[in-house]
Amino acid sequence: MTAITDPPADGFKLSMLINDTRYRGLTFQFVALILLIVMMAFLGMNLVRNLAAAGLNISYGFLGEPAGYDINQTLIDYTSQSTHLRAAMVGLLNTLLVAFMACITATILGVIAGVLRLSPNWLVRKLMSVYVEAFRNVPVLIWILIIGTIVTISGANPRDFLTRGGSVEPQSELFLGMFAFTNRGFYSPALDLGPGWIVVLIALIAGIVGAVAWRWHVRRTLYNSGRLLPSWPTWVILIAPVVLAQLVLGAISLSLPDVESNNFNIQGGILIGKPLIALWLALSVYTGAFIAENVRAGILAVSKGQTEAAASLGLRPKRIMNLVVLPQALRVIIPPLISQFLNITKNSSLAIAVGYADITATLGGITLNQTGRAIETVLLLMLFYLIISLLISAVMNVYNATVALKER
Amino acid sequence: MKKSVFLGTLTAAGVIAGAAAAATLDDVKARGKLNCGVTTGLVGFAAPDANGNWQGFDVGLCRAVAAAVLGDPDAVEFVPTTGKTRFTALASGEIDMLARNTTWTFSRDNDLKFEFTGINYYDGQGFMVPKELGVTSAKELDGATVCIQTGTTTELNLADFFRSNNMNYEPVPIETNAEAQQQYLAGACDVYTTDASGLAATRATFETPGDHVVLPEIISKEPLGPLVRHGDNEWGDIVRWTLNALIAAEELGISSANVADMAGSAGDNPEINRILGTEGNLGEMIGLEADWAVKAIQAGGNYGELFEKNIGENTPIGLSRGLNAQWTDGGLLYSPPFR
Repeated sequence: MTAITDPPADGFKLSMLINDTRYRGLTFQFVALILLIVMMAFLGMNLVRNLAAAGLNISYGFLGEPAGYDINQTLIDYTSQSTHLRAAMVGLLNTLLVAFMACITATILGVIAGVLRLSPNWLVRKLMSVYVEAFRNVPVLIWILIIGTIVTISGANPRDFLTRGGSVEPQSELFLGMFAFTNRGFYSPALDLGPGWIVVLIALIAGIVGAVAWRWHVRRTLYNSGRLLPSWPTWVILIAPVVLAQLVLGAISLSLPDVESNNFNIQGGILIGKPLIALWLALSVYTGAFIAENVRAGILAVSKGQTEAAASLGLRPKRIMNLVVLPQALRVIIPPLISQFLNITKNSSLAIAVGYADITATLGGITLNQTGRAIETVLLLMLFYLIISLLISAVMNVYNATVALKER
Repeated sequence: MKKSVFLGTLTAAGVIAGAAAAATLDDVKARGKLNCGVTTGLVGFAAPDANGNWQGFDVGLCRAVAAAVLGDPDAVEFVPTTGKTRFTALASGEIDMLARNTTWTFSRDNDLKFEFTGINYYDGQGFMVPKELGVTSAKELDGATVCIQTGTTTELNLADFFRSNNMNYEPVPIETNAEAQQQYLAGACDVYTTDASGLAATRATFETPGDHVVLPEIISKEPLGPLVRHGDNEWGDIVRWTLNALIAAEELGISSANVADMAGSAGDNPEINRILGTEGNLGEMIGLEADWAVKAIQAGGNYGELFEKNIGENTPIGLSRGLNAQWTDGGLLYSPPFR
């Protein structure tokens, strides 16, 4: 490339934009950019012109109007008189909730399945292959529908638990008097916070801090003296303070599901709705299968010599996996894991298939229909998903940076 | 998946809307087929039969319009739409008219820029519950789980009804009637709510219809009718007066059986003559052949015949005429004069 070290003496000529390899790339990129902008502008103008011709306009005023519809799962206060914006927020939180839950369970499932796929046990290995292949190769919408149907069919009707004010002998009893698995969801007791609950909370935090400190102590002792302290005190330190505080103060009581007051449904307690359960399970097992493959790839990427070296030092197989293989495998696993988390978030938009009120169902479904503002709501919806996805990416990239090979 | 559909409709809406705003009649004639939006399947109103032919009350209207415009009641392309997709389909020009038990409301007429061309069924929202629940009134539904088709006016009526009666409920939003039926039968909800006619039609397809009751309360007015896009008044007039012709035909005693005879030569009744084109030039005024109404009536009979054949008391759906009787029989059907 003499051209770079030896610039032509006669300076810049316009023809060099095409003929000179130094500028040609830039020229083409610039032309492509202009073409792209013109195309987008054309589409945008076309849209605006056609909307105007049809007498429609783009306006987000509807977000401030009362939504008028009810939502079955709301993490924040919401009534049918709340605004469309509030309904969108309810949907957004529901999306985040199911995505968060599914990311955690999918990761756990995926790591277990991925590790077990490399198990020396033939049966376990093959079982995991069946899991991965079956779930990976069927569309997630089908899994959502199947699991939704299974939950509906297998659960009892909540009416079977009801006494109808004592007039009827219920066909089923609550499990331990507290839990019920029905075709509308899972009922469990709620925590009733009485006076002094702050103390219990502080005890819980103290327990967690204490447990972490003990683990740190165990590790330091191991590294400094080679002596391995037992791990059971971790659990004692974690649980004892909160149990003691609760026993002494009795601050937190359980509010049990109520089977008497209503004729249709169990009241009170906490209901984890069927739509949430179905969607959460489906997203977890589906994405878990993909993560299992990522994990397997990550483990296989760690050279066999590492395992053999660790074994020759006398480490047991479980410790080899935890201390030698997985930490190195993480470097390979994390980047594709990020895209799986994004997939979970985006796939959660299929929620309406089981009646889960995520943001696609509220803002992009009911609000869109009731207001007829298709373009506005869809643009807003795209913006929401874009922001959520970029945030997840950002967080996971920070984590990736901490496990990546340090290049000094 | 959902998103790509939306984007598709979005671009389609953008590109086609301008072109399709006017002269729907010319488009239909050039195409040789009427694109008519119907439900994805509600027995009695619009559903394919065992041979795949669309049958039903709304379908009958589509066929009448096709017969009036194109002379052939089978020149219809039926486009199944859900509560969610119907308005985009119409706005984008994918369909020429929508006959999908759609409630005529202020905001749909004005804000969504559609034109309702009449009412072919006066309906109201009702509730269906399993008989074993022992519920006799909708006021007893406090705490119930309710299956509801999403994107419909029933969704809003339901919220209003429970709020004004100080009751709670758990909504289960569902996309189509078929899914709602399945969820209701599986016990995922205690109550199914939609238009009373829809409830009757749905119940008729159950294995044991007798185990379910439709509660007496009708909580809303649901005037259902065909609609077209704003801005093409000629086309709107054709759909409106085809419906009126069917209604007037019943009032005047013109049926599919005698319409050919009556159209053969001018009779004693001048209004019948004008409708059937043996007197005056109404066909010319509306931009169609002189015998447009004859063909529309021949397609599936007059309003009463369509009603009896598809949803009347002798069908499994078993709806009585009620509000949908002629005004002369104490109902609300009242066609403006053909003059």
